[in-house]
Amino acid sequence: MTIMIAAEHIIEVTYLIATALFVLSLKWLSSPVTARHGVWAGEAGMLLAVAGTLLHQGIVDYKLIAIGLVLGTIIGVPLGRVAMTAVPQRTALSHAFGALCVTLVGTSEFYLRAPNVPGLMMGVLSLEVILGALTFTGSLMAAGKLQEVLRQRPITYKGQNFVNLGLLAIAIGIAAILVLHPEKMYLFPFMIGIPLVFGVMMIIPIGGADMPTVISLLNSYAGLSAAAMGFVLQSKLLIIAGALDGASGFILSVNMSKAMNRSFTNVLFGAFGQEQATVAGAKEARPVRSASPEEAAGILTAASKVVIVPGYGMAVAQAQHKVRELYDALTKRGVDVKFGIHPVAGRMPGHMNVLLAEADIPYDKLLAMDEINGDFPQTDVALVIGANDVTNPAAREDTSSPIYGMPILDVDKAHTVMVIKRSMGAGFAGIENPLYYLDKTLMLFGDAKNFVGAIVREISGGHN
Amino acid sequence: MKLDLMTGLYVFMLAAFIGFEVIRRVSPLLHTPLMSLTNALDAIAVVGAIILVGEGKSALAKILGTIAIVAATSNIVGGFMITDRMLKMFKASGPRKP
Repeated sequence: MTIMIAAEHIIEVTYLIATALFVLSLKWLSSPVTARHGVWAGEAGMLLAVAGTLLHQGIVDYKLIAIGLVLGTIIGVPLGRVAMTAVPQRTALSHAFGALCVTLVGTSEFYLRAPNVPGLMMGVLSLEVILGALTFTGSLMAAGKLQEVLRQRPITYKGQNFVNLGLLAIAIGIAAILVLHPEKMYLFPFMIGIPLVFGVMMIIPIGGADMPTVISLLNSYAGLSAAAMGFVLQSKLLIIAGALDGASGFILSVNMSKAMNRSFTNVLFGAFGQEQATVAGAKEARPVRSASPEEAAGILTAASKVVIVPGYGMAVAQAQHKVRELYDALTKRGVDVKFGIHPVAGRMPGHMNVLLAEADIPYDKLLAMDEINGDFPQTDVALVIGANDVTNPAAREDTSSPIYGMPILDVDKAHTVMVIKRSMGAGFAGIENPLYYLDKTLMLFGDAKNFVGAIVREISGGHN
Repeated sequence: MKLDLMTGLYVFMLAAFIGFEVIRRVSPLLHTPLMSLTNALDAIAVVGAIILVGEGKSALAKILGTIAIVAATSNIVGGFMITDRMLKMFKASGPRKP
């Protein structure tokens, strides 16, 4: 008896320490200097909590646990080694795995306890499996779209929101019946199945550029479902970890929505691509000025302050290493080069920073929108690579523009603007960008990687 | 140790406040590693799955629980690995060899 009580206490203590380590882990992540300590703290906390759990006296069979841990590690290692460009889909996939775990545990708990489930317990259990199930399929869909296994284009149809909300309402209705009558066990599979369908339907109308918001939102759901699981299992550790994850996802979702000047509901029910297509119809051919790599190199080397604005197009063209060479070549000549990064550049929050850090660009040169915008009036050259809508001055001036009100990088305030772009085709949303027709703007037509490479050759060739 | 719903709600509320305050301070620079790290931490749900499988109260619990352990463990291993890989790449500009 005393031994059993001691084990119970040891487990509680490991959980307590793990909780503290988790909070410290996130705290250390606030600065790149201490961030790696954050990972170590997280790992230590996790190891401690898992080891403590294995002491649980109710455990009679360790074989399956060992198999699960080994298999999970085998799957986890390649997922930890994916290319940095694939991080968004990896993240979406891991939200799906987390949600799967929560849903399966919730399902098992229901069948172990039913039909004698107290109302409150049934309520949190329903919350757990509904959130878990919709996050599971939703995240799989998001991962599929990001990996381009599925088509990225938003698919919309009449009455879509009605269908989606209807599905969700039915699932909640079933949950309510189960809370009152937990003996109606045949209803439980529907309470899982309907949110699974809802998860798919929820992502169908979402386009590529909305992914940062959606991934953040799914992150938040995954956290909340884990917290609900904590209530079911009466585990403070799980409630806290879920709350931290939920809070993180929520903050990121709000950031992303603000950066696109859209509300949550608008992202989920808006299907952005649709309304834009009509706007693009009314455009006419206007003259633009273009320049060659030689001319661009000349202007860049003559500048004293350059801001590079990268977008997802840079990542698609795999141009980040060439951009680093450009950064090196210009820095060597005494040019001050910085990067201005829009919050929704890339396919998930902070994605662009990771890609540039991978290319060895020092992080103190990577500035967020609020930090860099004041610098543009004193900037000689703003070089836009693979970004479009986030530099569109119409968002600031043109009240009729579909992106009016969206915060942008004020590249048009620089003395000279250079835009590397494949052709004059419209951007993701099909919105005309007046930036391209300004007198101070030079269009550099070509593939980002090749064009930047050609500029670098000009600069270093001309110098030696 | 049993936990009643009200105590659970207090724990949840306080943790959410701490989460907001701590995570608000994370620079946008590190938002991708933030998401992969919180995802790995969230996989602490594995402890629930371990107990479920270990107690082995039903065949269903054993099967679903084992799949749950696999899913959560892959998040733990993959999540910490990729977070560390990303953070290793963030270097300050100092005396760099061109």
